[in-house]
Amino acid sequence: MNKRIGRAGRKKTMTLSAMAFPATLLLFIFSYVPIVGLTIAFKDFRYDKGFLGSEWIGFKNFEFFFRSNDAWVVLRNTIGLNFLFIAMTLVVSVAVAMVMNEVRSRGVIKIVQTIMFFPYFMSWVVVGYLLYAYLHHDYGILNQVLAFFGMHSVSWYAKSAYWPAILTFMFVWKNAGYYSVIYYAGIIGIDDTYYEAAALDGASRWQMVWKITLPMIKSLVIVMTILQIGRIMYSDFGLFYNLTRDQGALYATTDVLDTYIYRALRVTGDIGIGSAVGCFQAVVGFILIMGSNLIVRKIDRDSALF
Amino acid sequence: MKKDISFGPKLAIYIFLVLICLLCVIPIITVISISFSSDLQIAKEGYGIFPKGFVLDAYKYVFKDSEAIFRSYGVTILVTLMGLVSGLLLNAMIAYVLSRRDYRYRKQLTVFLIIPMVLNGGLVPTYIWMTKYLNLKNTIWAMLLPLLIVPWFIILLRTFFSEIPSSLMEAATVDGAGEFTIFFKIVLPLAKPALATVGMFITLNYWNDWFQPLMYVDNRDLYNLQYRLYILMRDVQEMMKNSAISGMGISIADMPTESMRMAMCVIAAGPMLVIFPFFQKYFVKGLTVGGVKG
Repeated sequence: MNKRIGRAGRKKTMTLSAMAFPATLLLFIFSYVPIVGLTIAFKDFRYDKGFLGSEWIGFKNFEFFFRSNDAWVVLRNTIGLNFLFIAMTLVVSVAVAMVMNEVRSRGVIKIVQTIMFFPYFMSWVVVGYLLYAYLHHDYGILNQVLAFFGMHSVSWYAKSAYWPAILTFMFVWKNAGYYSVIYYAGIIGIDDTYYEAAALDGASRWQMVWKITLPMIKSLVIVMTILQIGRIMYSDFGLFYNLTRDQGALYATTDVLDTYIYRALRVTGDIGIGSAVGCFQAVVGFILIMGSNLIVRKIDRDSALF
Repeated sequence: MKKDISFGPKLAIYIFLVLICLLCVIPIITVISISFSSDLQIAKEGYGIFPKGFVLDAYKYVFKDSEAIFRSYGVTILVTLMGLVSGLLLNAMIAYVLSRRDYRYRKQLTVFLIIPMVLNGGLVPTYIWMTKYLNLKNTIWAMLLPLLIVPWFIILLRTFFSEIPSSLMEAATVDGAGEFTIFFKIVLPLAKPALATVGMFITLNYWNDWFQPLMYVDNRDLYNLQYRLYILMRDVQEMMKNSAISGMGISIADMPTESMRMAMCVIAAGPMLVIFPFFQKYFVKGLTVGGVKG
């Protein structure tokens, strides 16, 4: 009897393993092999010699990058802009979620959510077009507005000073709908008895917002923010590449690790620097993600990745 | 028992929501308006939020070169469909295995899944691996395979699957059903909302992808919709070259380029914006279950 169960158990394990196999294989090919490929950062990579044949050169590629002026600019842009994105998205999406919580009509909430999701459903290429309609030097709507108020028109795609604000606005525009749904779900999950008790004590609606709603979603907000900070070394490549239309004049404030690596690989063909920056991004990113996960685990076990 | 809100704050709330909605919609309306505007008027007055005149010239010109557009539509639809079907199946299968508490290698498989979420090879090694070793440059597979398995989808599906009472599966096992039967006949039908959610995310990923072609496709015949749109933004010359080759004899002065670009944009983004509101219910459900980890 025992033997038969053992055989059935083995068969079950085999079948289940077979079901997991295709996905496992694809992950191995497209995720694991490139991780091993990170080692080319320490090599003088030559296309003809390949991953294994290229010669080891230690940290030379890294030295090139960190000695250049680019390193500081790119790191500052990556971290600074991500902080702006995280902070502004947080403020806007929590505000929207709290306002929606004051609306009684389910229909209104649904309509608002649908409309706020429109930007989320568009690719960055399309969003690049939308922005272009506003920032075009001759035809753009923004310059028409400036002209209306008697101001000079601005060459938006040549003035880097405006772009941290423009990119932040567009990031929030595209993602606020997504995050507000998450925060709204957190808010409607709050037990109604808190509000009932507060109402009995004569609390005003405003007091409830500050004394119940906000404190109750505090841990959700903290968890979300820490998880996003864990990914601060990574940028949404599509946003930076399409919105700026890859204009060199804007690099001073818009060049981030991901765009820098892309150009090193595809435009300047400097695979050494590209792979070193990529390796740096992967390692620091790994440490930050592990760290943020550790913190999140302490706050809310269920929200942690592992 | 929420207290009623008095008129003043209520008005403020609705004004706030209306403003937010306008902010989301006006840029979209602007692009649609421009696509229907006449280029002569655009040259005179610039773009407008509302259409300047109402002409279909831009769309006519876009579809004059219709073969390229329909080809791109074809590539996008083909890749999206293949990605949707195989992505749903493969992600769901591994998610099901992970949801089985009695699976022997559950722990190992979970770790295998999480490592790519915290560490990745990045652009350079991936590019070299894809082009030099896998020879995927200028193939449809370069747009399909790398986006197929997404650990986040697997975790989302696993969470849904875990909620299915295991007594159902045990009963089926007693009745002699194999694992595949249980998966296809019991688990999948019960997890329809979860599959709809993930299916939507997969569709969105493939439909909006332009990055894979940017990296791996030079062959015009393999341009997908978003990438063709990107190319159009990079140089309007593309269209002019095409019409010159096809010998249509359109002079550059005749080309309604400004409105034409926006028409192309509407054509590329339109289908998603029309379809997705209908699936929003599932989308919201998915975010509520697993959004934090995304």
